[in-house]
Amino acid sequence: MSASKDQIILFEERIPIYPRSVKGRFRTIKWSILILAYGVYFILPWVRWPRESTVDQAVMFDIQDRIFYLFGMIVNPQDIFWLAAFLMIAAFLLFFVTAIAGRAFCGYFCFQTLWTDVYILVEHLVQGERPARIRLDKGGWTSEKILKKGATHFLWLLVSFVTGLTFTLYWADAYELIGQFFTGAAPFPAYATTLFLTLTTYVMAGLAREQVCTYMCPYARFQSIMFDNDTQIVAYDEKRGEGESGRAKLAKGRKAADERHEANLGDCIDCGFCVQVCPTGIDIRNGLQMSCISCALCIDACDTVMDNLGWQRGLIRYASENELEGGKSHLLKLKNIAYGLVLLAAVAGLVWSVATHSLLSMAVTQVRNPLYVVLSDGRLQNSYDIKLNNKTEKTMRLTLHIEGLPGAVMDLGRLKKIELAPLSSVNVYVRLKAQPIKGVSGQMPFMFIVQTSLGDQEIVQSKQALFTMRGNGQ
Amino acid sequence: MSEEKQDKAQSGSVQTTGHAWDGDIQEFNNPLPRWWLWGFYATVVFAVVYWFFYPAWPVGQSYTKGGLNSITYKVGDKEVTTHWNTRALLMKDLQEGEESLEQRKYMQQVQAASYEQIQSDSNMMQFTRAVGKTLFADNCAACHGIGGAGVVGLFPNLVDDDWLWGGTVEEIQTTLQEGRNGFMPAFKKTFTDEQMSDVVEYVLGLSGHEVDAGMAKRGGELFNGEGGGCHYCHTREATGMTSVGSTNLTDGIWTVANVPAQKTPESRRQVVRDVIKNGINRQMPAWKERLSPEEIKVLTVYVHELGGGK
Repeated sequence: MSASKDQIILFEERIPIYPRSVKGRFRTIKWSILILAYGVYFILPWVRWPRESTVDQAVMFDIQDRIFYLFGMIVNPQDIFWLAAFLMIAAFLLFFVTAIAGRAFCGYFCFQTLWTDVYILVEHLVQGERPARIRLDKGGWTSEKILKKGATHFLWLLVSFVTGLTFTLYWADAYELIGQFFTGAAPFPAYATTLFLTLTTYVMAGLAREQVCTYMCPYARFQSIMFDNDTQIVAYDEKRGEGESGRAKLAKGRKAADERHEANLGDCIDCGFCVQVCPTGIDIRNGLQMSCISCALCIDACDTVMDNLGWQRGLIRYASENELEGGKSHLLKLKNIAYGLVLLAAVAGLVWSVATHSLLSMAVTQVRNPLYVVLSDGRLQNSYDIKLNNKTEKTMRLTLHIEGLPGAVMDLGRLKKIELAPLSSVNVYVRLKAQPIKGVSGQMPFMFIVQTSLGDQEIVQSKQALFTMRGNGQ
Repeated sequence: MSEEKQDKAQSGSVQTTGHAWDGDIQEFNNPLPRWWLWGFYATVVFAVVYWFFYPAWPVGQSYTKGGLNSITYKVGDKEVTTHWNTRALLMKDLQEGEESLEQRKYMQQVQAASYEQIQSDSNMMQFTRAVGKTLFADNCAACHGIGGAGVVGLFPNLVDDDWLWGGTVEEIQTTLQEGRNGFMPAFKKTFTDEQMSDVVEYVLGLSGHEVDAGMAKRGGELFNGEGGGCHYCHTREATGMTSVGSTNLTDGIWTVANVPAQKTPESRRQVVRDVIKNGINRQMPAWKERLSPEEIKVLTVYVHELGGGK
């Protein structure tokens, strides 16, 4: 884009990026994470898990009945705090890791990176290595080009479709839904979700790619403010690479290391491999920049070159700015410790909450209009709305009684038994009648106790409530 | 970074917009991607398409209504078709929406079940109480109060266990359907002042208040004899009759004369005296014309549950 000074261009075409493939440590780590992530994502909906109240699916997000099934864990709407805790953990883990190791999430775990990697792989397999792809794009529309481009987009769409469909399978019985899906019998949201995710995956991973990171992603922007001089970043060792007289290509008289050192040349042979492998199309030698997603492929590229030359690795490596200037990184600092502590607290909170959550919950609300009423025999009556919630997959038979209010009688009307279907809740209206105690006026605390037995397990829940007493008869 | 950019700007490799402030403050030009522009054009196209399908432009006193997007819903037995609007959408949703159909299913279950069945089933009770609460708030709360506690002297309390017209579900249903007419004649012309005082003493004595024995005895003769004739409605035991809605005078509940709220014996006598002197004329309207049988059934259960019916 060479624009003259008087011609202002406000919109520019995307400069196509043709990442070259590379082998190395970080590429291997990235493939491993990708295989693991894809394995979990694509296999999980098909994993079975014995259930009594619904289909035997290990992971299912049942929106209609407002219940999430995660293996042995059942998440009810009132457990929304778990989601809050989970999101807090995710956020602070991101902050913590970013402060120490830079944008590790972007480079290794972000689904934009994972899916783009797969799409580039498809591109590579169909159209060939970087030069072949550039040639193909520059050339005219021959039948070979049509075939190769067509095959690439077809395979991309196929991956998108499987991605979208798999996502949909998490929200219903996977085996049933997939049959319905291909016979046209699935519910509309299943088709809409699949179509939407097919399109977004295709557009984001196939067409938009690095633009998602540079133009759309908010994390990309705010992660950089967590960086400091001690943060490990993918860095070019400028001192070593440039020397005093700058980088230089291998040429006669500047091939061997000692020849170059004599000429004050740096170790960078300006081969451009690090630029060619970059999925966001940047030159890491320009220093830390916003578009860098810390994928470390340039490290692999440079290491490969250094190995070939028999020079020391690490011209491009993970290093902090302090390290590059010859100093040391200080990771034990207030910011990192604070992130770590908050992260630990959130994890502990979530684990504690999940481990101690009750299988039966009770909420008591006293009816306040009127607070109490005098009965014809002079007793006082208070009424309560009690919400009972069965969080298990078994039917519960409940008994309700009160403690701590001597002489009080509980009246459930004609309700003889309270039976709760699996994973359901019910509101029960309870009236309490008690003799007024002379001279006692005010709120008397007492306990509602609900009991049930599940197999040989006895579940007891109690909740404090107040009885409004008016001893003067008014 | 900025220094680097400044260097580049000076060397001319980063384009500036050409604007300059205070002589040397320049503005870098970082072009947006081309598809961003397409995105803008797409929203323009979307807006134009939208005008054809949805209400959009004001035209004089009216507006363009949009087409191919009408909503049909029922008003009574008639079908009404209108252009797309959220009010019609709500009507349609209330009539045909998934949740409405679900609610109707429950309503039919309640309609088919007996009172006994409804009240012994915790799930049906939950539904009935939830629907009943809304119906009560819409139709009954204006007089009886949102919680059903009523107003002493004007509207009966439905939360206690005293039922003027009977507290069984059948009686409550009849009350709701047919309405009630609570009437007690005024006795100001029947009794002399002294006789009135005697009857007041007797009535207060019935519920255990301290009274003058001699006066109460004379009052009792009037109450149970032809002189006053009170027993015709209130019975000789003074426990009242649900068939005429006469109150039980022997318990601690006062629905018209607010005796429990009075601080002194004189004021207690005064409020009872006022009732006997002026009589009572209270009416509850009949609801069978305004509410459907199933709504009355739901309200019956709701009211029965409030204080614990008979």
